Amino acid sequence: MNRFLGSIGFSVLAFCTTIGRIMIFACRAISHIFRPPYYGREVLTQFMQIGFYSLPVVGLTALFTGAALALQIYSGGARFSAESVVPSIVAIGMVRELGPVLGGLMVAGRVSSSIAAELGTMRVTEQIDALVTLSTNPMKYLIVPRLLAATFAMPILVAVGDTIGILGGYLVGTGRLGFNSTNYLKNTIDFMEIGDVTSGLAKAAVFGFIIALMGCYHGYNSGRGAQGVGRATINAVVSASVMILAANYILTEVFF
Amino acid sequence: MISIKDVHKSFTNNNVLQGVNMEIAKGESMVIIGGSGTGKSVLLKCILGLENPDSGKITLDGKETNKGDRDVFLARFGMLFQNAALFDSLSVWQNVAFRLMRGPNKISKNDARDIAIEKLRRVGLKPEVGEKFPAELSGGMQKRVGLARAIAAKPEIIFFDEPTTGLDPIMAGVINELIREIVVEMGATALTITHDMSSVRSIADKVTMLHDGQVQWSGKIHELENTGNPYLEQFINGHAVGPIEAVR
Repeated sequence: MNRFLGSIGFSVLAFCTTIGRIMIFACRAISHIFRPPYYGREVLTQFMQIGFYSLPVVGLTALFTGAALALQIYSGGARFSAESVVPSIVAIGMVRELGPVLGGLMVAGRVSSSIAAELGTMRVTEQIDALVTLSTNPMKYLIVPRLLAATFAMPILVAVGDTIGILGGYLVGTGRLGFNSTNYLKNTIDFMEIGDVTSGLAKAAVFGFIIALMGCYHGYNSGRGAQGVGRATINAVVSASVMILAANYILTEVFF
Repeated sequence: MISIKDVHKSFTNNNVLQGVNMEIAKGESMVIIGGSGTGKSVLLKCILGLENPDSGKITLDGKETNKGDRDVFLARFGMLFQNAALFDSLSVWQNVAFRLMRGPNKISKNDARDIAIEKLRRVGLKPEVGEKFPAELSGGMQKRVGLARAIAAKPEIIFFDEPTTGLDPIMAGVINELIREIVVEMGATALTITHDMSSVRSIADKVTMLHDGQVQWSGKIHELENTGNPYLEQFINGHAVGPIEAVR
């Protein structure tokens, strides 16, 4: 019994320790954002890596999600003769919830893993130590550009994803469900408020920060060898995904 | 002068450094030898501030290395890492010019590139190599690039971590010769850690042997043979049997 309780206590302590370490890491990284030197070129490079190259995966996810959503809402709405809500619910659902969350999860899979693997390899091959000996702070050169790039790229990615998702709903709505094209677009725009868009984009920015933070934290503190890098990659994706879902609930409560 | 006094460092239950005392005079080429896991690399990292000692004091010209402006301190050092530690995402010349293009004393890209090419020539590489990426180079070429990067900003002190590991004997000889020439040419202080006795004989002015986290023997290179120290003799003669237990 004691051993059982001890193992629970140990797990809880280990969890709290990890949370504390992530918080300290995040605070250190944020403090470096405001102190020179600044690596603008690195931020731009990361912006391209994280933002531009994630467009296909986010776009395709949004397209199919919007299309499926239109079918599901039509099917549900038909039970109480509310088929006409399809355009507005697709738009609001995509912009407020599915765009940022699914986009966030897809980018977490692509970007968190890539950052963790890259930084983990740099740790294992002593490239991070080499940076220090070359008078370059790894926090400023490696971590801050990735955090900034992901935080600013995600809202843009999600905005594009939202638009494509609504387009997916529109294609299914007009092509398969018999909606009039003009009415579909009118309903999409009329029922959407500016708050729907801003809350979704604010979520996206937070998710972008989480994605980069988890990738950077696990990669920067990667264990030795290929196994250490592999574990760092898995931990980065899993923790980023779970944190995105948890943060999504908290932010939804805030914007409710 | 680098002075190391009673430095201890442990990781969880592993006491790696257990009271290391050492002095490296200005312009001297010191080589630290010892078996794997005796704390050589950890000592080097402690001097550079990549690891913090648990206790003890490390000073450079009388000033503690973990106090004061880190950038000013690190600007005095160059380091060649065991596997060169070149940045994969940068071309060879960008690796060599990395420090020159950053920091308070940064120079223009063109000037940095010219210096990088000159340093590549110095280590026996053609200027065209500068356009390649580290992954396209052999192990020996990567070491040379690492060496060029270490000396690019003309440091006063250069560290070499296992400079010949993974190289064939001929390439190891080339690297040893280059290190010797460059250190003499620059008048730099050098600290090398190695298992390779041919490196020791070509690079060292002074040799220190670490065993079990402590200095087992220290002396000038010409005193290395017939010291009567059983640990040192077992190590330099490569005997499996002796006071040093080989981990099997």
